[in-house]
Amino acid sequence: MRVDADVDVEAKAGTWIEQSVAGARAELASAAPAGEPPRLAVVTPLRPVAPALASRDAPVEVELVGNQRITARNAERDVRHVTLALPERQFEYEPGDAIGVVLENPTASVDRLLELTRLDPSEPVTAGGATHTLREWLTGRREIARISRPLLERLATRSGSAELKAQLAPERSAELRGLIKTLQVADLLKRYPAGWEAAALVEALHPLAARLYSVASSRREAGDEAHLTVAVVDYRHEGERRVGPASWQLATTQPGTRLKAFVEPNPRFRVPGDGTRDLIMIGPGTGVAPFRGFLQQRIADGARCRHWLVFGGRHRERDFLYQLEWQEALKRRKLARLEVAFSRDQAHKVYVQDRLREHGRELYSWLEDGAHLYVCGDAERMAPDVHAALIDVVATHGKRSPEDATAYLGELAQAKRYARDVY
Amino acid sequence: MSEPSPVERIKRESRGLRGTLAASVADPTTGALAEDDAQLLRLHGSYQQDDRDVREERRLQKLEPLWRYMVRLRLPGGVCSAEQWLAIDAIARRFANGSLRLTTRQTFQFHGIGKGDLKSTMAALNAALIDTIATCGDVNRNVIASSNAVESPAHAEVAEWARRLSAHLLPKTRAYHEIWLDGEKLEGPAEAEPLYGTTFLPRKFKTAIAVPPTNDVDVFAHDLGFIAIVEDGRLTGFNLTVGGGLGATHGDPKTFPRLADLAGFLPPEALLAVAEAVLTTQRDFGDRSNRKHARLKYTIADRGLPWFIAEVEKRAGLKLGPPRPFAFASNNDRFGWQAGFDGRWHRTLRIPAGRIADRFDQPWLSGLAAIARIHRGEFRVTANQNVTIAGVEEGARAAIDELISSHRLDAAERGGPLRRDALACVALPTCPLAMAEAERYLPQLLGRVETLLERHGLAGIPLSLRMTGCPNGCARPYLAEIGLIGKAPGRYNLHLGGDARGERLNVLYRENLDEGPLLEALDTLLGAYAAERGPQERFGDFLWRTQRIGERRAPAA
Repeated sequence: MRVDADVDVEAKAGTWIEQSVAGARAELASAAPAGEPPRLAVVTPLRPVAPALASRDAPVEVELVGNQRITARNAERDVRHVTLALPERQFEYEPGDAIGVVLENPTASVDRLLELTRLDPSEPVTAGGATHTLREWLTGRREIARISRPLLERLATRSGSAELKAQLAPERSAELRGLIKTLQVADLLKRYPAGWEAAALVEALHPLAARLYSVASSRREAGDEAHLTVAVVDYRHEGERRVGPASWQLATTQPGTRLKAFVEPNPRFRVPGDGTRDLIMIGPGTGVAPFRGFLQQRIADGARCRHWLVFGGRHRERDFLYQLEWQEALKRRKLARLEVAFSRDQAHKVYVQDRLREHGRELYSWLEDGAHLYVCGDAERMAPDVHAALIDVVATHGKRSPEDATAYLGELAQAKRYARDVY
Repeated sequence: MSEPSPVERIKRESRGLRGTLAASVADPTTGALAEDDAQLLRLHGSYQQDDRDVREERRLQKLEPLWRYMVRLRLPGGVCSAEQWLAIDAIARRFANGSLRLTTRQTFQFHGIGKGDLKSTMAALNAALIDTIATCGDVNRNVIASSNAVESPAHAEVAEWARRLSAHLLPKTRAYHEIWLDGEKLEGPAEAEPLYGTTFLPRKFKTAIAVPPTNDVDVFAHDLGFIAIVEDGRLTGFNLTVGGGLGATHGDPKTFPRLADLAGFLPPEALLAVAEAVLTTQRDFGDRSNRKHARLKYTIADRGLPWFIAEVEKRAGLKLGPPRPFAFASNNDRFGWQAGFDGRWHRTLRIPAGRIADRFDQPWLSGLAAIARIHRGEFRVTANQNVTIAGVEEGARAAIDELISSHRLDAAERGGPLRRDALACVALPTCPLAMAEAERYLPQLLGRVETLLERHGLAGIPLSLRMTGCPNGCARPYLAEIGLIGKAPGRYNLHLGGDARGERLNVLYRENLDEGPLLEALDTLLGAYAAERGPQERFGDFLWRTQRIGERRAPAA
């Protein structure tokens, strides 16, 4: 089962965990054949978000020393290689971890919201025991890009919009998800006009959450730096520019600027301690970030095993992230295999899962030899597609039924040899 | 004997130019080829290049260079049919950068082809009965021949010799068909190459046939040249020229441009045997350790012409006769309609730097395609980067003129002689050897030189100016009255004193000039020329007569 959560993840997660565990127990009890261990359900966990208090309370100052664009000038997406210089201690990370970056909303977005609501930016507002001006709340303390459900509910009441109320019905959740994906708070307030008082607005909005990015480096290689691979969210909605506050800020920050960040450990997504284990890393798009760190770590450790990277994007010449580094690793034989799928370089679209099927025999043989398998990137389509391809590969080349192939992957996961970091 | 250059090993181990080219082309992780394969690719008629305008930007983006391929056609004598023109046009639009480049070797180059489109390009060419074999690399390149070769029956005979010579000097390997045209894979050892052996030639090898009084091919700039001797309207034979070549390296006195020596006379039927003897002598005696010293000109300069002639005569099994008299009048093209001996007409269009593209107010690519759709004769690419619409019936001229005019294809012809005759190599952003701009900068520079000419009352005088982005000499700058040779971004060596017949090298006058000092130097000399020139005296001749460019070499008689 899947529940979409945003900044309200804790509330959602509580219910989800309870229901999932109950459901899983019931299913396992009924599905396990007598005498065999129960089959593990394969779940797609959302990346756990840092406990809000811990993350927000303990960030440290880091210096942004670079935000180099790493897609070509004619690429559809602007992806940045962000380099953070870390303070000497307080900032230990491992490849696989995420780094949370504390941000402010862009002034233009705040202004737009103020304009729409006709509220006075200097008005003091007290919430949760703290008092700041409305502008301060909207700039650094409240979420104004992502829409949350409580906001929708309050807005439905305030605006009296029957349409909005109807959209909140459970059977229309897919539609609502689409709405949340494309609109930012200001777009919503424009579409459903309502009177707002400053305090009510602040109260309706969620606290501004730090954005998490998979770290793309290993300290063994990067020293006192952490590298992030950031896709800049920047699009047009009804002719107007919309940006993701975090990526936009990272992309536009001048090198030398200090900002606050923290480590979000991800112990489930780690290079195996056993340096003889082969790695298969599947990471299209910015999903490749942790694998840059993995490879750096393993090269630095002098690990003597094979590494196989599967990367995907739209065009080889435009968005092959870290292409030069992978080529260098291939040349130095630190990367044994590099499979790429560029969806728009030929008439028919090709994705990473297609490459997995194409090279299924070798893939299966690597797994049989004890390889660890990692998937990172898009949770909505890529991860399920890749999972299905893996089932096919194991079924075809391991001569198993689809059910057994699924179980094989379940066992890999249980043995911590199949890990996913999808979002 | 020094070690052979690394390229020698690559050729030798390539199994008939196959190497691992097929695998390199198929490698999806890069737009480049493996290093050795990139070297071999040249002998298949293509250079791996990158867009130098974005090279540094992409390095910072952690992306490999924007690899692209230049593909050069084999077009002996520069002749192609109207159908072939349309096929070439379609490739330019579909696989290349939307433009065609006419070269000083009388052929077409495509630029900007991605690795994934190389095979499709070769296949499309093959469907039009064109190949690219041996148009680059250490091998006999595209054989060129005077383009006015339609003015008498002897000219047509010469064009046929160019085709036969080109075919005769082709490598025998089927690697081209195998790799690009999905031909049957060869099992076992490579085909024997009686002419080339396993290591081909030490360096490039260029062949030209000139038909006096036109020296449009600059025959003395070639390793191997033939000057057609036409007596009483009949081709009686050729004067052989050997050891010309223009490439040099900045700051390396062991390298130099050299005019070919006149070696003797041969009857037409001896042409293939003599060509083969010249080629194999160079194959066996050329320098294979230093590629900068590997052209035939150095072999002859080092061993002497008598030795060379004796070797060639021995190999060809004949004695060369004494050279027959000939006279060149010009190494330029003639524009506008010319009547042919058979009553048909030929019109040469001026294409600056040989670049045919659809530009805002000059849709030349489309214009020439439109002409190709109605033209029943052929096209001839000239060695001066222009194109001749050849073999037009009297009654078909008006329709062609109409298309020329509606597509403004006559725009460049209306400039003065300076603009009509200037040459530039491709240089930046595609040529990996370029040190400075050439094609992109030439129009601007010509405008400034024209201003100087006007100031000195010299507007409209014939004056040859040729520019290259490096000292390798693709636009034959060492033969121009004013030669500009790229040294660094925005900086050129100024060479002065060529003639307009391709019979005299110019000399280095000033080094490493940027535009200001360059124009100042020209301004002074043009001022003197305006004041002191004799009647009909050309700028290059004037500079020698008045000893303004030193006394290093006396002007040719």
